[in-house]
Amino acid sequence: MFLRIWLTLVSAFAAYTTYLYFNCDNKHLSSPSIEIQQGQNLWQAQNCQACHQLYGLGGYMGPDLTNTISTRGSKYVETYIRYGTGRMPNLHLADSEIKSIIAFLSWVDSSGKSKVPANNVHWTGTYIIK
Amino acid sequence: MVAFSLILLLTTVVAGVIASWAFLYPENFNTVIPFQQLRPIHVSAALFWIITGAVSCLLYYSQEMKKLHPAGQKMTATYVALWINTILVIFIFYSIKQFGGREYWEFPPWLSIPILISWLLLMAGYFTYWVRIKEKKSLYWIMWATGILFFCITFIEQNLWQINWFRQSYLREVTVQWKANGSMVGAWNQMIYGSSLYLMAKISGDETIAQNRTVRFFYFLSLTNLMFNWGHHIYNVPTAGWVRHVSYLISMTEWLFFISMIRSFKNKLEETRRLKHLLTYRFIIASELWLFLNLILALMMSIPAINRYTHGTHITVAHAMGTTIGINTMILLGAIGHMLKVEELGKKHQRIITRGFYITQVSLLVFWICLVVAGIEKAYRTEIMPAASFQQIMMPVITVLKVFALSGIALLTGISTIAIAYLSSLKRIRIL
Repeated sequence: MFLRIWLTLVSAFAAYTTYLYFNCDNKHLSSPSIEIQQGQNLWQAQNCQACHQLYGLGGYMGPDLTNTISTRGSKYVETYIRYGTGRMPNLHLADSEIKSIIAFLSWVDSSGKSKVPANNVHWTGTYIIK
Repeated sequence: MVAFSLILLLTTVVAGVIASWAFLYPENFNTVIPFQQLRPIHVSAALFWIITGAVSCLLYYSQEMKKLHPAGQKMTATYVALWINTILVIFIFYSIKQFGGREYWEFPPWLSIPILISWLLLMAGYFTYWVRIKEKKSLYWIMWATGILFFCITFIEQNLWQINWFRQSYLREVTVQWKANGSMVGAWNQMIYGSSLYLMAKISGDETIAQNRTVRFFYFLSLTNLMFNWGHHIYNVPTAGWVRHVSYLISMTEWLFFISMIRSFKNKLEETRRLKHLLTYRFIIASELWLFLNLILALMMSIPAINRYTHGTHITVAHAMGTTIGINTMILLGAIGHMLKVEELGKKHQRIITRGFYITQVSLLVFWICLVVAGIEKAYRTEIMPAASFQQIMMPVITVLKVFALSGIALLTGISTIAIAYLSSLKRIRIL
């Protein structure tokens, strides 16, 4: 009996995982360009998520950058990356590297909004995000 | 391995305290050791302390009942050597600012290969031994095996981003990453709670508490949560709606844990009175109190309508630190203490550990409350000042975080007192 329940749960987990991989994103975004991929690699190599968040995930030293391109503009972001601030270190990146990070952030920005509007909350407590 | 895990614990608290001051005064640290370098050291040390500590305990306690066969011992010894050396290489990479930039696993991605190989060796050594045990297995045996198996599954899943297809959609990438991370916490909890259950059974001398129907029911409930209750990490990510709804539904089953805790409170209280003289039991009881507090927080955060405000604030950090320090570390310190036979230490040593224990509990409470208050403040200001800059929002939060950083120093004092006392008593007894 114990083993049967265990195997049922594991099978459900395997089925759920497979289904999730193929169906969790129903937005069908365009595939990232080489520049975007380079930007993502650089984002990771510089460990940007230690201080910044994307969709609220990451460190809290700096702001969430999910929608910073659409709200502040790419020039604003470029200035921060190029010169740093008192809180943010200057990473001494080349122009092409800054461009690729901005391309990556623009791609993330196009995937959705980080902040869920209050009117998306359903009476059951869950969200309805379209 | 036990000594190495305690050194990792010390590294965690030292790096954590320095990181908290680098967070407050970055201009003084950026040229020497910036926050983005300190955080990976702190996070990785914490993660490896928990996993190494959990494996040390389960290997030791398993062998207390039945010795590993020679081939299994050889495999686990190779696992230990490879595991420790890889962790040391990871810290060398951090010191030269080489990162992989993934949350929790911030080292260069190729280092996942030796970690995986070492884990497979552990699995091979442990499972060939595990299946040969013919007696009726108490639940802790099953929990240890579940933890080892699911750590492997989630670790592989955590690395799927290295396959290009997973990175073709950012939403898929972030979903799989947090599915793996969330379930991995469940995996190490299985190993740690397994040791806690073992200790409870041994200390009370009542093996039925690890074999009755209720514990088996809660094992399946926690396994279900391990598999499906990770979605609260990404409620706000615009994935397909069912991902959110399934997770919300599963997370609400945690109320059953909560109700069960309240129902067994009276029995626990009597048990505590009876065994309060035992140092190791004190750690287990402290972990139960922390579980109670963090379960309330987790239940609240698992409701999307509340998570909307708490996500991306220090309440998430309170939950993470409350569980890793308050629950995982307390159980591990209790289990390691039992392993080191701290009850047999001299009065002076016992007094030092007791003092460390109380300093840890009080400072952790202040630390935890500060994070919750900082989170509420950030959530409130984000809501009432939607157009404000990050600095404007964070201004009053920083004041609370100064108290948090001070309590971190006290926490460092408490935990290091216990860890150093344990390390010095390691000389008396030869273990793993």
